Parts: sequence; structure tokens; C-alpha cells
Amino acid sequence: MDNHYCIYICGVGGQGIIKTSTIIGEAAMNQGLDVVMSEIHGMSQRGGSVSTELKIGGYNSSIIPNQAADMLLSFEPVETIRGLDNVNSETKIVYNTHPIIPSSTDKEYPSVDGITKTLKENFKHVLPIDGTRLAIEAGSVLSLNMVLLGAVTADDKFPLTKESVIEAMKNNLKPKFHEMNLKAIESGYESIKG
Amino acid sequence: MNLKELVTGESGEKQFLLGNEAAVRGVIEAGVSIAATYPGTPSSEIGNVLSVLAKDANIYFEFSTNEKVAMEVAATAAASGLRSFTFMKHVGMNVAADSFMTTAYSGVTGGMVILVADDPSLFSSQNEQDTRNYARIANVPILEPSNCQEVKDMVKYAFDLSEQFGIPVIVRTTTRVSHMRGVVEFGDVNDNSSNNDNHWKRGHFKKDPSKYVPVPAFAGDMHIRLWDKINEIEGISAKSEFNREIDFSDEKSYGLIASSSAYNYAHDVVKFNDLDVNILKLGFSYPFPQDKVVEFIEDLDEVFVVEEVDPIIERDVLAAIGAKNLDVIVHGKLDGTFPLYHEFNSDIVAQGLDKVLNFDEKTAVSYSLGLEELQENIPSRAPVLCAGCPHRAMYYGINLAIEELGLKPEDVIFASDIGCYTLGINPPYNAADYLLSMGSSVGDGCGFSVSTDQKVASFIGDSTFFHSGVSPLINAVHNKHNFVLTVLDNRITAMTGGQPNPGIPVDGMGDEAPEVSIRKLALACGCDYVRVINPFNLEQVVKTYKEAFERNDTAVIISKAPCTLIKGLTKKPPVNFVEGNCNYCDKCVSELACPAISKVDGKITIDKAQCDGCNVCIQVCKYGALEAGR
Repeated sequence: MDNHYCIYICGVGGQGIIKTSTIIGEAAMNQGLDVVMSEIHGMSQRGGSVSTELKIGGYNSSIIPNQAADMLLSFEPVETIRGLDNVNSETKIVYNTHPIIPSSTDKEYPSVDGITKTLKENFKHVLPIDGTRLAIEAGSVLSLNMVLLGAVTADDKFPLTKESVIEAMKNNLKPKFHEMNLKAIESGYESIKG
Repeated sequence: MNLKELVTGESGEKQFLLGNEAAVRGVIEAGVSIAATYPGTPSSEIGNVLSVLAKDANIYFEFSTNEKVAMEVAATAAASGLRSFTFMKHVGMNVAADSFMTTAYSGVTGGMVILVADDPSLFSSQNEQDTRNYARIANVPILEPSNCQEVKDMVKYAFDLSEQFGIPVIVRTTTRVSHMRGVVEFGDVNDNSSNNDNHWKRGHFKKDPSKYVPVPAFAGDMHIRLWDKINEIEGISAKSEFNREIDFSDEKSYGLIASSSAYNYAHDVVKFNDLDVNILKLGFSYPFPQDKVVEFIEDLDEVFVVEEVDPIIERDVLAAIGAKNLDVIVHGKLDGTFPLYHEFNSDIVAQGLDKVLNFDEKTAVSYSLGLEELQENIPSRAPVLCAGCPHRAMYYGINLAIEELGLKPEDVIFASDIGCYTLGINPPYNAADYLLSMGSSVGDGCGFSVSTDQKVASFIGDSTFFHSGVSPLINAVHNKHNFVLTVLDNRITAMTGGQPNPGIPVDGMGDEAPEVSIRKLALACGCDYVRVINPFNLEQVVKTYKEAFERNDTAVIISKAPCTLIKGLTKKPPVNFVEGNCNYCDKCVSELACPAISKVDGKITIDKAQCDGCNVCIQVCKYGALEAGR
């Protein structure tokens, strides 16, 4: 069978989720793999939840079936919880631990340590990373998406090479940010591998 | 990828494209000269991309005031021998329908393609209507791409088909097709070089009233000619490569017919569950390729029909079975195998197939109570009006004016319209009570004002006012209706991503353009009370609303301030919180509800990254706890 791999990517509008997903998709295409991706537009600039779905390897549908993601990559703790319909016991759950508090006042924002504890009780591969801090260390909080991109490439089952992902990043983002982005990708990679 | 690749990319090149970007490449390969639209999600990005590429691609492109005008621009271009393209969201087709119906009768000379993006599951729409019904009402061909490559290929093919038979052709996408990304291999580009001083080619309209003027004497013959075309095209759809069989089995018991995004789910369920089911994929679904379908189903025992939204192909299949007296059981929406509404996915399709085939042995996974509790108790993150949004200031101001006039919320009906400001439906503003369609707030104001003794406040955006608000405003004045119309002029078509409209001095290709004044329009309609106000001046907002509500005519208030998302605006520094002055009344958090203001550990916090310095909160706070940033 082909190299199947499904990634559900989620977070909040403005975090660079669609760009990150497009970079992975383009890298997959350049490696000669079948790839489809789904994204929902329209509300992303208004503080809403944003998610994309990426499927590599012989799929026609760009939507991940229930509990079929190989990786859940979340840019924000609570959005991780919102994306759990996609995961199973083998799914790698990688998430940024820095919360973005919504302006809605319906429910109180839960403690991030509590989220991590509960996730670890239920799933085998729970990988919280302080992506926002790593991004700031790399040069700007805006490189958070690159930190998380690096984290994806660290998964042994991920069918793309770090090099092809870096190549696609360079093709999609301005040269003046390449150095910072490379640093961010490396730190994300190390935080999972290391 | 650089968008220019869509113009310069050579045949054989591959790109990872959004469905809507693939549509643009199809338009460029087809050699289109004229394109027009009114922005609407999920089709909006087509216009955004064309707006940037039009000049490089020898295309005249405009954002028309509405979909009907866009349809007319495209129809006349095609009647003049040019290839023309119009595109819209599904409900835009309702606006365009009057002229669309006649275009089917009169036909075209140059190819004309109408791309309509449906929105199953209503990600950003007021209904889930199925555009495939329009192909049948008007009697024009329709193509249903399933992926980005097909979007490109079918758009291009649709122009050839349209030109060959002199008939407009619809390409129907869904949100999942328009907003899918996938690998697209480019094809050859037809030449559309300009033959004059403009960057696009000019055609020539050859007069022929019997063809182009549907007076009763001519329209009857036009209808006959339309049927002749459609009957001939049925032979083409039956043989089209877009209607093809994908075989997974030698068994001949079960088959499946699917189209559009629904095909993708059906394909994956059959493939990854190793089901003994062959698939007939219908990409060219009207005129219905009956011979092809009969050939596929005649030896089957049972056939599934998998389609979003209405059971259209299913009814055609049932009719074919009836006509040919076949013995095949049909499983679709009508027998309850699949839902009658909302988009599908692989799980929904698998559940439907499982009812008949009993293959799915998935066991439910159970999690700890702690996880379930966590899932139920996370805060929602619904879209909200941005920090610094002028609409928030207006909604806060009108509610204050209503209170100061001694009116209760139930005494004032808020007739809303389509745009970001519909988000005013949410508490604490509660500023949307009734809504039908683009521009309906004005006509609804007319109706409520004669049907009730309640006050009526209608809200409409600048772009929506140009789209469909002017003609009902004339109605309001002439028929002496009594309501307050607010035009929320934020200098952009905001909800769909920031396209220009006639109120700003730029056109769809980025050139300078005359600015049409909303104030002068309202005055010309005959409104006696027209006020242009600064929404960020709370006192002025409240005073103006109080004045307007005391009147007995159609009062127009124009809130003029740019959308905070427009690039390049000069913004004031963020507001400061002065803790010592705070009385903890929470008015800024609970009544203004700006996303930049929150209460963390009992203390008001300003998110400096979000705050735009609109300073409305400073006017809301009576205690001086919020002060202008320096």
C-alpha cells in the first residue's frame, strides 16, 4: 500500500495553520506522493477555530474519517480537545501549550496542566511542547507554525523528509524569514526527537 | 507558490492548488476574455485571484454590484463572440436567475461558463440549496468536479462544450471541492491576445433579434432550439470521459453511482474496506447520461446513489429503471440509506453502505470520565466582531439609545442583512431578529413597519446596500414606510475577504474608479433624514438614533469607518487600564464585549496585540479606568 498518513491540524485564526498545511502538501507533491487537503475559509480572521486536514497516499476524500488521524497537530491547548474526534489510541497528539483565551464567556478556560494530565491518561502518544516559547527564542512568536512544522517531521511514521518540508517552506515564505524559520523548524524537531 | 504561475505555468507543470485556484487556471487555459462576479464564499477566492491576475491573463475582470449584473456582463460578452466566465455562491444564483433563464433560451456565440459553489452543511450560508436543480429548470448542461484537477479540466472543457452548442454551461462545486487543495497538472493555454489598446480582446455583436430578444413571438422558437441542443448533448454526456466506471470487483451484485465531493467519500469507503462494489462516477450529470447509467446498472441487483444535497441523480436513476423496466433496488436518500441534508463524509457513507452490506465492524472507543468532562466543558470559540470593528460601536450605541428612549428590547425589531454585522445576532448585542437574503433588511423594514406597531431598525452593509438595498429603499420612501435604516459603510466587502465595492475608488483590477456616494443615493431616493456619523463617537451615535427613532419616515444613518482588517490603516495605540479607578462593574467586558478586553483572575486585561485604539471602551467606562494609549 501507499505511504498513508493523515494529519489533522487545528488552532485559532491568525496562527498560520493554512500556510503550514499548504507547505506540507506541497512537499508531499514534490516527493511524488498523492496528497489532498481540506480547509475551511471565511471565519479565520475573526478569532474563530480553524482546522485543516491533510491526507497523504491514495485518498480521494480530503476529510479524515472519525478517529483515523495519524497525527493531531494543535496550535492551542483547548483546540486540541476540540479535535479529539480524529484521534485513536495510536495517534500522535502534538500540541502547543500556550493558551489563547477566547472572548466568549460561556465556560472557563481549563488548566493546561489538567489537559495534559487527562490526555496522558487516555492516549499513548501525548506530546505537549511549549511552541510559543520556542518560537520567541527563534526570533518571533509568528514562527510558531514553523516550530510545529518541525515537530511533525520528527515523527518516524511521517512520510516526508525534513529537507523536502524545508524546501517547500522556502518556496512559500519570504527569504528574509528563512533563517528564523529554519531555527524554528529545528527547535520543533528537536523538542520531539530529543 | 506564486499566483503568477497560474498564468505563466506551462503544460505538464504540477502545482498544489486550492480548488478555486484550479478554476482560475481552467479559465486561463480556456482563453477567457471577460469575467465578472459578486463575491460569495465558497467561491470568493476565484475573484480574489482573478483580481490580481486579470491584466497578465488578458482578462477584463469586475466585481459587479450583484450576481445578476455579473450574469448579464458575461452573457453579453458571450453574445459578442468572446469567452466569458461568471461565478458565484449558490444563493447568488437566485439573484442571477432571471437573466440566467433567458441566457439559456437566447444562447451564446462565445463559450460561457457559470461556476456555482454550493455549501452543503452551511459553513457560510443561509441555506443548502442544490444548484443542480437550476440546470434542470433552465435546461442547461452541468458538470460536477470532485477534485482540483477536475475543477481545472471541467472548467476548460465546459467552454468548448458551450461554444460547440451555443449554450451556457454550469460547473457546480461544493465547499469541499472549492476549498480542497490537491495536485493539478496544467494543460495548454488557448490564445486570447488583445486585438486593441485594452489588455483584453474585443468581440463584435452581430444583431439578430430573433435570437436575442425574447418577445413572445421569438421566445417560443428559442425554447424549441434549446430542447434540440439538450437532446443532442445527451448523446455527448452518455459518452463523456467525465462519466466513467471505476471497477473494484468482478461481482455484479452491487454498484454505486456518485458525483462531486460525495464520490470521494464513496471511493475511499469502497477502496479501504475492500468492498465488492463497482462505481460509476458521474461528472457530467445533466443532460442525464441515461444510456450509460442503464448499461452500468442493468445486471446489478442493488445500486447505491451517493450525492449531496438533493436526491437528483437518484430520481433520474429511478426514472431510468422505470422506463427500461429493470429489476434493480435503489439505495439513496429516498429510502433513508443516506441523509437528505448536510454534507457527507466517509463515516456517513460507510454507515449507509453498512446498512445493506454489513461490513463495518468498528467498535466504539471509550475514554475516561475526566476526558468526557473536559470535552463538554471547553469554552466555545465562535467568530466574533473584531476588536476595533465599527459595527460593535453602532450596536452598543443603538441599544443604549433604545434604553434611553424608554423602549424595551421587544419594542424594536432588528432586521439584519448578510455580512459581518450578522454576527450582531450574538449577545450582548442581540441585533438580528429577522433575515432573508442579500438586501432584505430594507424590504423587511417596509413590511414590519406596516404590519406591527413596533419600531424597526434595519442594518445593511455598504456592499450589500449596492447589491440589493437601493431598490427597496425607493419602495420605502414612495410607500411612506417608517423605519430606521443603518448603512454600515466599512469601505469594503468584508465578510468575503475584503473585495472593493462601488463605494470605494478602486475597481476589481486595482484601477482607479469613481466612488458612488451612499449619502447621495439615499437623498436621491427621497429620504429626508440622512446622517453620516462616526461610529466611534458614542455620544453622536446615541443622539442620532434617538432623533431617528422619533421620526415617522424612512430615516437613514450611515456609519462611516473602515473595516479594521483593511491593510495600511493608521491606528491609535492600545488602550491602558488604570486599575485604581476600576469599579468592577464589568460593563466593558459584558456589554461592549470587545475581544481585546477580558477579565483574568478578577482583573480587567487589555490584549494590546488585538486592541486597535478605537477608544469606544473609554467612552463606555464611567470611572476612568480605561484611558487612551499614548
